[in-house]
Amino acid sequence: MHMLKFIKQRKFMSIIILLILLIIGWFFVSLSTGVIQIAPGDVLKTLFNNGTDRQKLILFNFRLPGILLAILIGAGLAVSGVILQGITQNELADPGILGINTGAGLAVVLFLFFFRDSLDTASTLSIYMMPLFALIGAVGAAALIYVLAWNKGVNPIRLVLVGIGINAGFSAALVIFQLKMNPQDYRQATVWLTGDIWSANWNFVFALLPWILLLIPFALHKANALNALNLGDSVASGLGSHVEKERMILLLTAVALAGACVAAGGGIAFLGLVVPHIARKIIGPMHQYIIPISALIGALLLMVADTVSKNLLATDIPVGIVVSILSVPYFVYLLMKTK
Amino acid sequence: MLSIINHSKTLKTIIIALALLAVPVSIAFSVSFGAVDIDLSTVWQAVFHFNQDITSHQVIQELRMPRAISAALVGASLAVSGAIMQGMTRNPLASPSIMGVTDGAAFALVLMLAFFPAVSNLGLTLAALIGAGVAVVLVFLIGSLSTSGLTPVKLALAGVAIGTMLRSVSSLISLHFQLEKEMGFWLAGGLAGTSWTSVKILLLLGIIGLFFSLIISRSITVLSLGDDIATGLGQNNLIIKIIGILAVLILTGSAVSIAGAVGFVGLIVPHITRFIMGTDYRWIIPASAVFGALLLILSDITSRLINAPFETPVGAITSLIGVPFFLYLARNSGGGK
Repeated sequence: MHMLKFIKQRKFMSIIILLILLIIGWFFVSLSTGVIQIAPGDVLKTLFNNGTDRQKLILFNFRLPGILLAILIGAGLAVSGVILQGITQNELADPGILGINTGAGLAVVLFLFFFRDSLDTASTLSIYMMPLFALIGAVGAAALIYVLAWNKGVNPIRLVLVGIGINAGFSAALVIFQLKMNPQDYRQATVWLTGDIWSANWNFVFALLPWILLLIPFALHKANALNALNLGDSVASGLGSHVEKERMILLLTAVALAGACVAAGGGIAFLGLVVPHIARKIIGPMHQYIIPISALIGALLLMVADTVSKNLLATDIPVGIVVSILSVPYFVYLLMKTK
Repeated sequence: MLSIINHSKTLKTIIIALALLAVPVSIAFSVSFGAVDIDLSTVWQAVFHFNQDITSHQVIQELRMPRAISAALVGASLAVSGAIMQGMTRNPLASPSIMGVTDGAAFALVLMLAFFPAVSNLGLTLAALIGAGVAVVLVFLIGSLSTSGLTPVKLALAGVAIGTMLRSVSSLISLHFQLEKEMGFWLAGGLAGTSWTSVKILLLLGIIGLFFSLIISRSITVLSLGDDIATGLGQNNLIIKIIGILAVLILTGSAVSIAGAVGFVGLIVPHITRFIMGTDYRWIIPASAVFGALLLILSDITSRLINAPFETPVGAITSLIGVPFFLYLARNSGGGK
């Protein structure tokens, strides 16, 4: 038994190291590709403060914050998906499908809509306020879904169906408010809602960083509770777990992660759904292992999608579109396989 | 769901007749409301004693009449197509918007506009038909091939997945070819661009679709009892299903190509109709057409009044009405399976 655990841990460590290496590798690929190519050697030189001013400007002001943001958002959404799938015992749960992303998006659009005049949206204050509003929207959506799906307990299928309904309703409300905006805001909101690491700058990175740094370790700390909940409510309470209380805390964590990520990156759907499955395939059902691996896979996947979206066509494509196109086939496969 | 007037044929006929009468009345109101309100007597005059020199007559004949009539036809088409889908699949959540059909049609439209910008109106309609067809076949296939069969939740999730996929690819194309505005219009759904040509297309395809639907209405009632029972009663399910899918495609495709993605009409109306008319599809299909027409005319009026003088997409209005209804259905039918 002890030996088995040791082998598992070694496997876990080697996968983690492999993923980190891949992320670092892609980090340089991503830094050097773009409309203006910078050779990897020059990237290194610039990072160590030896590049030309132009290279410094491109790397530090444009590319670096975008890539860091992709890493943070990818990790956050993936862990949010892990938690949601664990507590609902539903393999098809995801903050995008459940309408939590749309809830956050609606709150942000309302915030832009009502405070547009009194605040400069690009100002630092409003950038730090946006995750907060997104969070309120995400929590509101989650609460609404939970209450509406409650009928002597929460049945996972009902939860998903109610989530789809809430998603459609919020989308309709979004359209109404968006159309009341002026054309420039409208376009910005549309691109943002399909998921875009929009106008990435350091402020967004710093606004998102504390959420990720606090919540992912917290989720890891709760991994045992997740393991118990994943076995089903009755088994979990038999193992001495306070089912409803733990579920509430974990749900809040997942929602907070999703909300903060949506505020920074828009509604990137399906990432939180697909990544946990890949992680489970690699390492098995223990959440102590799933959470870190999911975070890294999510970060890597979003980095790749971000690079593709910026370089595939002459026009920038919102990264959310690339993520959906990459992950919907896998989702369909899961859908056909699960009961 | 039990009907409130299960047995009385007279009562059903009276209800349909009353609703049918309400259609021209609401069309008249729809024509009279607008940027400039025109009183109903002028509307009457413009229709029956048209005078080319009067501006309000021109506005009514060229802009408002085709719009109101298109609304009625689009509503009727979507409602009938939803009724057939729900009857054939015995799935309370089946409807054009849930199943990604509208996204498929929009996808085909964007493709046509991107690669064949000179395409005619009829060509667009045909493209929408094909796009709707591809989406519905995909969603059905995914649902039917999955391990536990076509349950409501499977159908809804497959629809969401295929819808998201098609919408993503459409956004990609529209961003590249700078068609965001056209794309946004179809995704939001609206009747602002309708003309007499739209009315002709809708009317022609609507009559064909309704004809097919009525032919198989009796068989759909049998089919709604279950495939096995229908086969046992000596019915050829395959032919019925093929005609049914054909009718769904014709009706949805024409509606979407004219008005964009007007969501939830095909979901709500058949449920309301079943509640009033019972389980016999010979009644449900014509009644759905009438109720669907009424719902969309009223939604269109609302969409113009809610944020006057600007228009709100009618699809947003129908979604806001439809979502609570969907949630109610999800609560009741989702837990079972």
